[in-house]
Order: sequence, then C-alpha cells, then structure tokens
Amino acid sequence: MTTLTDTAATARTDHRKARRAGELTRPQGPGAVLSYAVLVFMFGYFLLPFWWLLVASTKSNEALFSSPALWFSGNGLFDNLHQLVTFNNGIYLRWMLNSAMYAAVGGIGATVVSAFAGYAFAKLRFPGRNLLFNVLLGLIMVPATALVLPTYLLLSRAGLVDSFWSVILPTLLNPFGVYLFRVYAQDSVPDEMLEAARIDGAGELRIFRSVALPVMRPALVTVLLFSIVATWNNFFLPLVMLSNDRLFPLTVGLRTWYQSATINSGAEVLFNLVIVGSVLAIVPLIIAFLLLQRYWQGGLTVGSLK
Amino acid sequence: MSADARTDVMAGRPSPGRPRTRRRRRRSVHQQAGVGLLFVAPFTVLLVLFLLLPLGYAFKLSLYRSTLIGGNVFSGLGNYRDVWSDPLFRRGVYRVLLFGLVQTPVMIGVALVAALMIDALTSRFTRLFRLAMFAPYAVPVVIGTLMWGYLYSPSFSPMHVNLIADHVMLFSLGNIVTWQWAGYNMIILYAALQGLPREILEAARVDGAGQIRTAFSVKIPMVSSALVLTVIFTIIGTLQFFTEPLLLQPLNRGTITNSYTPNVYAFYQAFSYQQYNYSAAVSFALGALVFVGSYIFLFITRKRSGLQ
Repeated sequence: MTTLTDTAATARTDHRKARRAGELTRPQGPGAVLSYAVLVFMFGYFLLPFWWLLVASTKSNEALFSSPALWFSGNGLFDNLHQLVTFNNGIYLRWMLNSAMYAAVGGIGATVVSAFAGYAFAKLRFPGRNLLFNVLLGLIMVPATALVLPTYLLLSRAGLVDSFWSVILPTLLNPFGVYLFRVYAQDSVPDEMLEAARIDGAGELRIFRSVALPVMRPALVTVLLFSIVATWNNFFLPLVMLSNDRLFPLTVGLRTWYQSATINSGAEVLFNLVIVGSVLAIVPLIIAFLLLQRYWQGGLTVGSLK
Repeated sequence: MSADARTDVMAGRPSPGRPRTRRRRRRSVHQQAGVGLLFVAPFTVLLVLFLLLPLGYAFKLSLYRSTLIGGNVFSGLGNYRDVWSDPLFRRGVYRVLLFGLVQTPVMIGVALVAALMIDALTSRFTRLFRLAMFAPYAVPVVIGTLMWGYLYSPSFSPMHVNLIADHVMLFSLGNIVTWQWAGYNMIILYAALQGLPREILEAARVDGAGQIRTAFSVKIPMVSSALVLTVIFTIIGTLQFFTEPLLLQPLNRGTITNSYTPNVYAFYQAFSYQQYNYSAAVSFALGALVFVGSYIFLFITRKRSGLQ
C-alpha cells in the first residue's frame, strides 16, 4: 500500500520526467517571457525584506539613519553581534535559549501526544472513540487566539501564569495534528501488518513503536517541523502569559526592544540590536526548512487534499 | 486518500475497512480497548484542560460583571449585549472584515498565479522561486512585521513615502500579511496542481487548449477544494488579526488605537483596563464568530464547488 506522500512524490517525478522528455510542451514565446518577468518581479518582492535585514545588520545605529537603506555602509556586523550578546547581561542569549526550549519541548511533546492519539483513532477500537473524535472535529476550528485569553484567565486563577509551563502546556494540544495522524495512519498503516504482529504476540505499545511509527515517519517529521516552527514563532501566548523577562522567548523579547526603541528614541537606541537579533532568530528556521524541503512540500498536502 | 474516505473522516464515520476475520480479531479487542484509551488519554486531558475548561471558564466570567460595591454580580448576557452595541468592538469587526475582503482575494490570487506559472514552467529558476516565496513563512510574524515596520517608517524607508500614515495603514498591514502567507498558500495550491492526473492535461493539449485556457478551464476547477481550504484559513487568520497591528502601534498610535481589531481590543481590555469579564465576552464573541463563520463557509462552498 502506498502512502499519500509517496504517491504524490512519484506523481511529481513522473511529471517532471515526462516534461523533460518533451512529452508535455513547455510554454514558449511571449507567454513564457511574460511569466518569467512576473516571477522575477515577485522573486524580488519576497526577498526584499531579507536583503534589507542582511544589509542593515552590518550597520551601526548611526549608519542606519544616514545611509541608503538597501546598500552597505561601514562594517558594524561584529560590533552589533558583540553588543547583542552583552547587552543587559546577555539577555538575548537567554531569550534564544528559552525559544529553543519552548520549541523543542512543546514541538516534540505535541507531536508525541498527537501521534499516539491519531494512531489510536485510526487503528484501535475502544469505547467512546467516535464520540471523542467527533468532539475533536467540532473543535478543530476554534481559533487559537480566541483561546489565549481564556487560558490565561484560567491559569492565573490557578496561579500558574508567568512560568515555563504556562507556555509549554497549552502548546502540547494540537487537534489538527491528531487529525492529520489519524488520516495518515488510516491510509498508510496496513491492518494486515498489525494483525500479523498481534498474532506473533507483540504488545500494542511494541506494535505502535516498531510497526506503525516507521510507516508514519513522513507524517511525524511534518508535524514535528510545523509544531516546532509554530512554537518558535508564537507570540500571543507568551506575551499574555509571561511578565518576567527572563522567561521571554525571542519574539516577545524583540518586541520589547523594538517598542522602547520607537517610543523613547532619546534614551537607549536599540534599533541595531533589534535588527541583528532578528537575523539570528530566523537563521535556524530557514536552515531547517531548507534541509527538510522534502517533508514540508509533500506534507502540507497530507490531510488537507486528496 | 479518496474523496469518499475524506467525507467519512470529516463526518467522523469510521471508513469501511477491508473485510476482517472477526474471530481472529475478537481475541485482541478487549486488550485494544484499554490500550486505545491509554493512547488517547494525554490528548484528551489536554483537550479538557486547555480547550474545554478555558472556554467554559471564560464563558462563565463573561456572564458576570465586577462592581465596586457588590463584587462580581451575575449579569446574564448583559456583557454580550454591551459588546454587540459597543461601537469600538463593531468598528474593529468591520475593519477586519473589510481587511479580509480585500486582502484574501489579493493574496490567494498572487498565490494561485504563482502556482500556475511555476507548474507550467518547471525549471531551475522556478524551484529557487518556490523557496524564496515560501521563506517568509519561516519568519516569525513578529520579525516579519518589524522588518516591514522599518521599511515603512519615514526615517529608514528606501521608498521615501510615508507608509504608516492614516489612510494607507490598512494597506500597509495587508502587504505584511500577503508577504508572509502568500508562499504558504502557493505551496498548497502548487502541490494540488502537481497532483492532477496527467492524462487530463494531455487531453486538454490534444484538444488544442493553450496554457491559459487549460489553467482556467481545467486546472483551477480541479484544485477548487484546495482553493476553498486556503480561503478558509486566510479568513480565520484575518478575523484574529493581532500581532501586526500591535507591533506597528508605536509607529502611529492615532490610527492603530487600542480597539483597532477585536483581538487587540480584548487584549487591552484585559491588560490595560483589568476588565476581565468584558474581555472574556469579547474573546468569546470573536471566537464564536470565527467558529460559526468558518463552518458556514465550509458548508456553502462544499455544495458550490462540488467538494464532497
């Protein structure tokens, strides 16, 4: 039995091979030229802020204001980096560590919890299964931000706000991930394989680990990647939950710097720190997406499309 | 996944599996029940603790009013009546609706055009282009907004236009959202296009349809379910508009008020004015609006686009 991504991938390569062999005509003439012109323009648009950020990260605070925005002026990159890691006793590094912790614990936790549940919904029979799954489907559209303030109000009543766990625990819940795992397990884990393992006397946990999980690997990597990115990029939840700046993730921390830079431009001017801090904050994710292209390009379609 | 299986999943029906040998199964069914419950237990606990309970608690809070003398007083749906007739809340809702009405078609249009072009042109450049267009998705919204905030502000801007002035603010915010999410939607649409059966495209070519004709008469109708999906997620996102306006607020406080969008309003009600009951009502009303709206949209488009 083929998996969703496998079929998609083979279809894609067939497609490409066919095109390369000239079976399908490639558009030529003015149409193609026009298309390329549009694409090149869009290419520039989507990369413009990255280019600006890269250029700006090499400038000192003064040069930021006095030089043309899109070209280099002076070489302040190392000064900026040095200032970044030493400012306020190196709070930036602390924020980065926090972000990494939230993303790792939250992302891995959410993936594990969802994988267990999704597999159980697809392949195990237990009382209340359909009821619970219907509840999940009904709640999958509850918008995440509508939950942030209610969760804050509840946790503050329980005295749990402003802590590591107040950011981690809510991110462990990922109904869409469960849905995705259920769809994926249903399509890709053959019942015969599970039956055979049962007859051989394997326990259910063992079957899950050694039979189901290897087959579900593409879905695992996809959900893991997207959970980690979502947690790393999360802003509203930590903004609301945390008031101790030693617990801030990068997003909340950079916002406080940006705010004080724009409001009291007379006092400490932090524009260059915000910029170089942003560069460092996005590099890990860009690298992760580049390395895991195969997974997100196929994975986005799983569970959402035929 | 077949279309039928999907409706089954959406409707929560267990899809008809292969015929099973009942007798052999029965032995393990009992054991399975316990393990199944154990496997879904962590998820269920989280669902209760961080979804049902907060919603229930917020709903309860929203039914009360804090008064100086009597403490918390039950007021029924009084807060909701207030929210509904609150001009600040209403203006926020209109603003995000207007925003969504303009921004959604523009962004999905950009994503669709890009997806169609790279689907037709497959080359080394289009592969690079796909990465470039998707890259903003990997950037935290906070940082994406900061970058554009710098590019907009008159003191840094290479464009020499004031893009944070009152009358262009909504446009400038729309540009940030488009930049950040167009690539994500493009990937979804592109994957759908790549999954189309080649025979049909071949047939269109044999019939003499050009690229544009094929795009409009064959490709777009065939990826309509993916289009509907991207539109739904975009609408859900715009109704919850929060991070971008909050970040750009220091640049122009006159325009981006504390009630600029419903979420910004709920946030300030709770954290600047300590109006927890009212904030809970705003949050809950907004959540209900998004929730009901997205299901209605799903229902309507399901019929119209033949999405089964």
